[in-house]
Amino acid sequence: MMTTDTLNNTNDHDEHHDEHQMTGIKRWLYTTNHKDIGTLYLWFSFIMFLTGGAMAMVIRAELFQPGLQIVEPDFFNQLTTVHGLIMVFGAIMPAFTGFANWMLPMMIGAPDMALPRMNNWSFWILPFAFAILLGSFFMESGAPNFGWTFYAPLSTTYSNGSTAFFVFAVHIMGISSIMGAINIVVTIMNLRAPGMTYMKMPLFVWTFFITAYLLIAVMPVLAGVVTMLLTDTYFGTSFFDAAGGGDPVMFQHIFWFFGHPEVYIMILPAFGIVSTTIPAFSRKKLFGYSSMVYATSSIALLSFIVWAHHMFTTGMPLFGELFFMYCTMLIAVPTGVKVFNWVATMWRGSLTFETPMLFSIAFVILFTIGGFSGLMLALTPVDFQYHDTYFVVAHFHYVLVTGSLFSIFAGAYYWLPKWTGHMYNDALSKWHFWCSLISVNLLFFPMHFLGLAGMPRRIPDYALQFADFNKWVSIGGFAFGLSQLIFLAVVIKCIKGGDKAPAKPWDGAEGLEWTVASPAPYHTFSTPPKID
Amino acid sequence: MSKGIEPEEKAQIKNTVKTNNTRVIKKLVLTVFAMFGFGFALVPLYDVFCDITGLNGKTSNVAASYTEDGIDTSRIVIVQFITRTAKGIPWKFEPMINEVTVHPGEVKFVNFYAKNKSNRDIVGQAVPSVSPGLAANYFQKIECFCFTQQPLKAQEEVEMGLQFYVDIDLPKDITTLTLSYTLYDISEKVAS
Repeated sequence: MMTTDTLNNTNDHDEHHDEHQMTGIKRWLYTTNHKDIGTLYLWFSFIMFLTGGAMAMVIRAELFQPGLQIVEPDFFNQLTTVHGLIMVFGAIMPAFTGFANWMLPMMIGAPDMALPRMNNWSFWILPFAFAILLGSFFMESGAPNFGWTFYAPLSTTYSNGSTAFFVFAVHIMGISSIMGAINIVVTIMNLRAPGMTYMKMPLFVWTFFITAYLLIAVMPVLAGVVTMLLTDTYFGTSFFDAAGGGDPVMFQHIFWFFGHPEVYIMILPAFGIVSTTIPAFSRKKLFGYSSMVYATSSIALLSFIVWAHHMFTTGMPLFGELFFMYCTMLIAVPTGVKVFNWVATMWRGSLTFETPMLFSIAFVILFTIGGFSGLMLALTPVDFQYHDTYFVVAHFHYVLVTGSLFSIFAGAYYWLPKWTGHMYNDALSKWHFWCSLISVNLLFFPMHFLGLAGMPRRIPDYALQFADFNKWVSIGGFAFGLSQLIFLAVVIKCIKGGDKAPAKPWDGAEGLEWTVASPAPYHTFSTPPKID
Repeated sequence: MSKGIEPEEKAQIKNTVKTNNTRVIKKLVLTVFAMFGFGFALVPLYDVFCDITGLNGKTSNVAASYTEDGIDTSRIVIVQFITRTAKGIPWKFEPMINEVTVHPGEVKFVNFYAKNKSNRDIVGQAVPSVSPGLAANYFQKIECFCFTQQPLKAQEEVEMGLQFYVDIDLPKDITTLTLSYTLYDISEKVAS
């Protein structure tokens, strides 16, 4: 799709500018360099991932056997709530922003993000948001305990007093995401190398472009709904209070108007990553590039008209249920196009199974399983059975863990040589993959059956007949959590040393990022490359 | 930022990029504020939408005037009454009859009983809701205690009336309506 002339690249005269770099903590605090900020985002998200994961381990320890063993029900609720919030806003989203920062400028041949100072801000306010959120654990009220979806009146009338902290934390996260998204859009629109038309951009760039628009459209709605929550709880308004003429169901409508596009914010970049890795290790061009672009756009547009499928049991009229059911099922069409294209890309390719490819193939298969359970949930009549059971938990963990998270691993392994200049330890990375793959399925697959059998979500205790499955799920959970320490080891080893990575370690890889040295010099593409 | 190119060239690139950036940023920031506003606009929009479609089972909070459109004696509709007190209001609140059968177009009168079991004066407010939601627009209240607040002194009891009819245009597939009242303590809101 694109050929680059490597213009005896910028690298040679870049390296001697590095003496201007600040050192120590100031380098990171004041940095406006997209690679530094990308690194900060990625480390931050990894720390948050381990934090949220530790909470999940406590949850699974409590659910190891029926009855109450380890934590109080209220603390259990706090754990499930904060686990969800951290994984969504602290782990998955910042990880993708980290990828965007690191890779977008290099992929489009730009010297940096368009708004480097804002970039610094959008990262550095994030730790404060999560300090507020996590700090509430140590306060008298305790952390938010109303579920990551913070339905009113659980978060208003029945709040344990943590609502204000929660709202401010979400506000800051929202501002950070919006600034990040604006930066991505401006960068892609204005800083593409001469000759790189929109339809010549790598699909990775396209997915982040569309995701950024989704963020700009829905994060302000989230800010609005938490503001209403705040005034309802502390300033006597009645947006969601029936006694004052409000409507608690309206909360769910506004929340999910944000919430459904949000789930695509967490998966579209994943599509972009595997659309980069699969062609590289299949040694073929991505099958159906333009159909991928249109499929991504239509998923994004459809995401705005399906929100009420989260609320089938709130008592909607039949036509409402049918409308949201059919719209939801319609999303399976563009998603199916994508899965078809990935498989078609692999078809008759000369495949090799390096770790990024293993994670990508696992992504395609397991994300599709998550998609199928999503289709089941989209069916209104059966959703009445599945609603609020572990079936839902299984579904969204398949799309978010084996979907988004696996794509993040795929991307991390794929670009680690570019980031660090070293090849990662292959054997250890394969251990990480196989341990993760086996344990994640042990962790989430039985949840489908638990849900179908009627085990409810968000409850610290369960009926006796669920005991065996829950034991296995918990064992899978501990194994999956511990497997991620292997990843930490791989990354640290890779930063410290390892085989020297060539500029392009994957022979099938395409894109401008492979035309610069490994590790990528501090400044790249000060002179834009030419695209034919 | 961009080191390593000629100064004039650098300035030129910087200027074009800068104007382009400002234009895009302005649009995007505007979108952000517009969407923030849209979040709040959803509140009245939701009410309008629900009014039109009867989505959330909210009934009208103004009295309907009865029009002699005739009574459809060929149909029988069961109207059930249920009551609920919200958290923190120590009242006894229940329907005096659990269900009535009506013909569409026929006016009925039923009573609800309320007693303030506490030793303080409390202002209550009953909020009605009809299930199935689509029937809400066809459930017409000529007179209802829910139109006003109910101040009850300590230990005071009261019988409260509801006069209603079911519109003759009620969709044929609806044979049972459930009218649910939730009673809230609004003393604080009234005081402030």
